[in-house]
Amino acid sequence: MRDDALSGGFTDAPVEAARAFRAALEAMARPGSLHEVAGAEAPAPLSTAAAVLLLTLCDGETPLYLAPGHDTQPVRDWIAFHVGAPLVGPGEAMFALGQWDALAPHDAYAIGTAEYPDRSVTLIVEMPELRAEGVRLTGPGIETEAHLALPETAAFQRNAARFPLGWDCYFTCADRLAALPRTTRTEAL
Amino acid sequence: MNVTEVGTEARQRWMGLLARAPAARLAELLEVAGAAPVHEWLRMPETGGVMVRGRAGGTGAPFNMGEMTVTRCALRLETGEVGHGYVQGRDKAHAERAALVDALMQGPGAEALRAAVIAPLAEAEAASRRERAAKAAATKVEFFTMVRGED
Repeated sequence: MRDDALSGGFTDAPVEAARAFRAALEAMARPGSLHEVAGAEAPAPLSTAAAVLLLTLCDGETPLYLAPGHDTQPVRDWIAFHVGAPLVGPGEAMFALGQWDALAPHDAYAIGTAEYPDRSVTLIVEMPELRAEGVRLTGPGIETEAHLALPETAAFQRNAARFPLGWDCYFTCADRLAALPRTTRTEAL
Repeated sequence: MNVTEVGTEARQRWMGLLARAPAARLAELLEVAGAAPVHEWLRMPETGGVMVRGRAGGTGAPFNMGEMTVTRCALRLETGEVGHGYVQGRDKAHAERAALVDALMQGPGAEALRAAVIAPLAEAEAASRRERAAKAAATKVEFFTMVRGED
């Protein structure tokens, strides 16, 4: 964690961004799997993994929504220098960042259209901890079943029911990330 | 010293001058000045395209004029000054030198550096502009409208 808006980006951007992108792809392709990433340090409360995702996935053409709690001046400054993404409201955002409760209401985000289901938001959810236990996940990319501790299941079940529309989710905690695309079915045990 | 102390306008002037300066001439002047302080990268030199936009008459609707290759970088000196370099083309060393001078111009050695690097560059630029203007002036055609005396 650093308070300085100008430092904390990738030191070797092509290599580190490629590694991070690979981790992000793997996480999305195998829902519930945990991946470690490194290379970025952002001002608190942004975690390393969330900072890496922002550096890798966002740029000047991806509107970003910062949920309350993450919408602080140091974070805004850091994003302005390293990412350059325009900050917008939840409705227009392509990426949204924050804790699960702060991101509510979860129906306010773009879920795509029937012609373009890809025009939907990707939520980057900061978690207090990330464990491969709890809610049972099944669906594409999971051989039998996977487990991931989720903040709740109802919202994810509603989201999966809207397929092919809906948002996708990254979970970040410290230097680890996991993902939950809209195709995954969730069941509380 | 921070940006507000230096003055945005003065900084714009030298950053523009560094961007327009011939890369070889800047390297030469910087070597003579002996300014090569230790610095850390905030943003490694990277090359990309930027869209140059214009407005007809300065007030019309914006239009895209064309793309331009730009190399940029940002660095911080040990003493804390942050320098940014944006130059045309893909010369990463040029961008680094521009950022270095930008950082040093905010520090205590600014006056010495202004004399050693900025002044000669500004002079050379003014001279080349004068020469170009003189060349153009030599080919200028003056039109006179004679009074036709119809009344």
